Amino acid sequence: MINLLVHFVLMLAMPPLLLGVINKTKALFAGRKGLPLLQNYYDLIKLARKDVVISQTTTWIFVAAPVISLTGIVMAGLLVPLGPFQSPISFTGDLILFAYLLAVGRFFTTAAALDTGSPFEGMGAAREVTFACLSEPVLFFALLVLAKMSGTLILGDLLHAPLTVGIQGAAASLVLVAIGMFIVLLAENSRIPVDDPNTHLELTMIHEAMVLDHSGPLLGLILYGASVKLFVLSAVLLHILFPFQSGYALLDWSLFMVEMLGVAVAIGVVESIMARLQMRHVPYLLIAAILFCAFGFVLLVR
Amino acid sequence: MTAPSELLTTRNGEAVALEKIPRHDLAAFQRIASGAVEGGQRVASFFGYDAGELGGIDLLMVLANDEDGQLNILSTSIEGNSFPSMTPDCNQVHLFEREIAEQFGVRPEGHPWLKPVRYQASWRPGRDAWNRPGNQPIVPGSGDFYRVEGDEIHEVAVGPVHAGVIEPGHFRFQCHGEHVFHLEIALGYQHRGVEKALVEQPAKRALHYAENLCGDTAIGHSTAYCQVVEALSGCRKTVRAQALRGIALEFERLANHIGDLGALSGDAGFLPTASYCGRIRGDFLNMTAVLCGNRFGRGMLRPGGAGYDLDDAGIEDLLTRLEAGEKDAASAIELLFDTPSVLARFEGIGLLPADVCRELGIVGPAARAAGLERDVRHDHPSGIYRFAQLPLPTWNSGDVFGRAFVRWLEIKHSITFIRDQLHALPAGDVRAVTGPLKPGHLAVSLIEGWRGELCHVALTDAQGKFRRYKVTDPSFHNWAGLAYALRDQQISDFPLCNKSFNLSYCGHDL
Repeated sequence: MINLLVHFVLMLAMPPLLLGVINKTKALFAGRKGLPLLQNYYDLIKLARKDVVISQTTTWIFVAAPVISLTGIVMAGLLVPLGPFQSPISFTGDLILFAYLLAVGRFFTTAAALDTGSPFEGMGAAREVTFACLSEPVLFFALLVLAKMSGTLILGDLLHAPLTVGIQGAAASLVLVAIGMFIVLLAENSRIPVDDPNTHLELTMIHEAMVLDHSGPLLGLILYGASVKLFVLSAVLLHILFPFQSGYALLDWSLFMVEMLGVAVAIGVVESIMARLQMRHVPYLLIAAILFCAFGFVLLVR
Repeated sequence: MTAPSELLTTRNGEAVALEKIPRHDLAAFQRIASGAVEGGQRVASFFGYDAGELGGIDLLMVLANDEDGQLNILSTSIEGNSFPSMTPDCNQVHLFEREIAEQFGVRPEGHPWLKPVRYQASWRPGRDAWNRPGNQPIVPGSGDFYRVEGDEIHEVAVGPVHAGVIEPGHFRFQCHGEHVFHLEIALGYQHRGVEKALVEQPAKRALHYAENLCGDTAIGHSTAYCQVVEALSGCRKTVRAQALRGIALEFERLANHIGDLGALSGDAGFLPTASYCGRIRGDFLNMTAVLCGNRFGRGMLRPGGAGYDLDDAGIEDLLTRLEAGEKDAASAIELLFDTPSVLARFEGIGLLPADVCRELGIVGPAARAAGLERDVRHDHPSGIYRFAQLPLPTWNSGDVFGRAFVRWLEIKHSITFIRDQLHALPAGDVRAVTGPLKPGHLAVSLIEGWRGELCHVALTDAQGKFRRYKVTDPSFHNWAGLAYALRDQQISDFPLCNKSFNLSYCGHDL
């Protein structure tokens, strides 16, 4: 029961901190002081108190989309176990629900972008959908590897496969899957080298371009949803990267949080040491991620 | 080649009597001009001015012969409301002819793309090349744009208000998905009427108009202005003043080039160099402030010399700062060029090949990045550049990488130049007296600003006041180059291409 509560609290409260850690890491590399660690919380509070400006060309979709996306991502987060603990909800085949809860959020975000009729938003939506088509197979191949290892289709159990089944015989596959999933983590959360979260240049944006017309609390929901997504996908990746369990709940929770911050630091380092890819090279990166995970699967079943 | 009598040959920073300028009928003028351009000369400036009581307008062209370091001048006059365009035979004049049409309400017939340049009202009331009603304000960016038709073609309009804190300009892309077929740029939002304000000058205010023509080229434009005044008044400026001006001009180049490389890095999403260069640019601006108390060099220039002298303590201070700045810039910028993911963004993007540069009359780092050896400091040296030559760096790719790399090479050469000048600063006064301007004369002044060639041309009337003052900023030549460089590119690469040119809106809009 306590673990369930911790799951909820961490999933809802920790995500903006991850963005703060990423920003601090980037600032360190650039020789700057950087934003305060908690700046993203302040931003969300600020946005929550603002008014909303809604374009007359938009319909209910524009307002509903941020709410639906956030709901989708939070529900997806309830299917994913954090660290060695159990997930709040699980049933056979819930991995499909997980993938499509993420997709529902994306569908409504892109629909809302098209709803505005702005060329920037349409361009962003086209890019988002194109790249999502390539990152979805990565996720499925990764889950397939874990399903094969564990022999189950319950997301919570198959993510624990490296812990329960052990990594003997699957180490090579897991390394490949981890690389593929890390690329998807960067792509899905619009980080460098796929997207640049800091840019103000509409023509180069992917995710940011889709939310240009949102303001106030709606924008707050979108930003918060994006950070929860980062948290959830990082949690998935952590199962593959650090399958450890001490048996003491307090120690395991602390370990999980440290690992989570570690992922944020890793993202910050990647963003600091490399430039963005050309837009037309992004598919190559994602196809490479598909191949990593696909070969991971081949290695396992050969 | 053209016979000598057809053109008046002069040099950068010299005054010539107006009546010595050969005057041709329009057909001969156009034949000689396009012949000279075909022979490798460049249209540095081409403009109209009121012919006087007759009511017609005179056209005057300054051709730069970079090989011989000469400037060739010729003129003609046009009557009536139109004249045959020479753009189809000589692409370099395309924007000059549009400007003449806009300022004087005459139509260059046969111009392939006759649109206003700055969306300003004609200088001759009641005459308008587009027959727009005189009682309504003219809205910049209005009118038709070039359109590509097709079911899958879409149009993207960016600006005039941009997301960053930059100047206003309108960009219209014709795209097929991510692929750009055509880009058209509409400017004029920053038009202030500087050329008109400079007529009847020089009064004290004229220098400030020059300093504020284009805020990031304050030293470049004010040097060009001072050179015009000095040429027309026959002033002999001292060597010390010339050295100080050269130092100031190179500091301006350094600050802007370093800022540009940082901005390019930022647009490619490479953060370390972007952050460091932002700071280092400030260090170089502060060095300009050591010279004259203003970070952008305002007040540094005065007709006849410099506004401020540099004492020994100042020289020491500058040398120390320069050394620190050089080290910081080298480590930040070498990191940029050593990072493969940055090079992948820079190489092969925004191609502007040498033949197109030649055709459009591109100047500055953009031309040198395509391999053209085009630099006023080298081709038409004036001031200190006659005594101290800078190496002329070029690259052969004509892409974003080339434009970035040429900037880096120029940074290194400019630092060496400044250090040499500071170590051997000639003694003497910093300012000579400028007398009244010679009446009925013309002077051309070329300066290699950090963006490229700045061209100021002044004509004096019988009282020694400016009858016409023509400013050509490098951006005036190069905006067309940016539009060309975007063809067949990805629209997501536009910000990077744009930054690699980093053109001025107010320098173009005047």
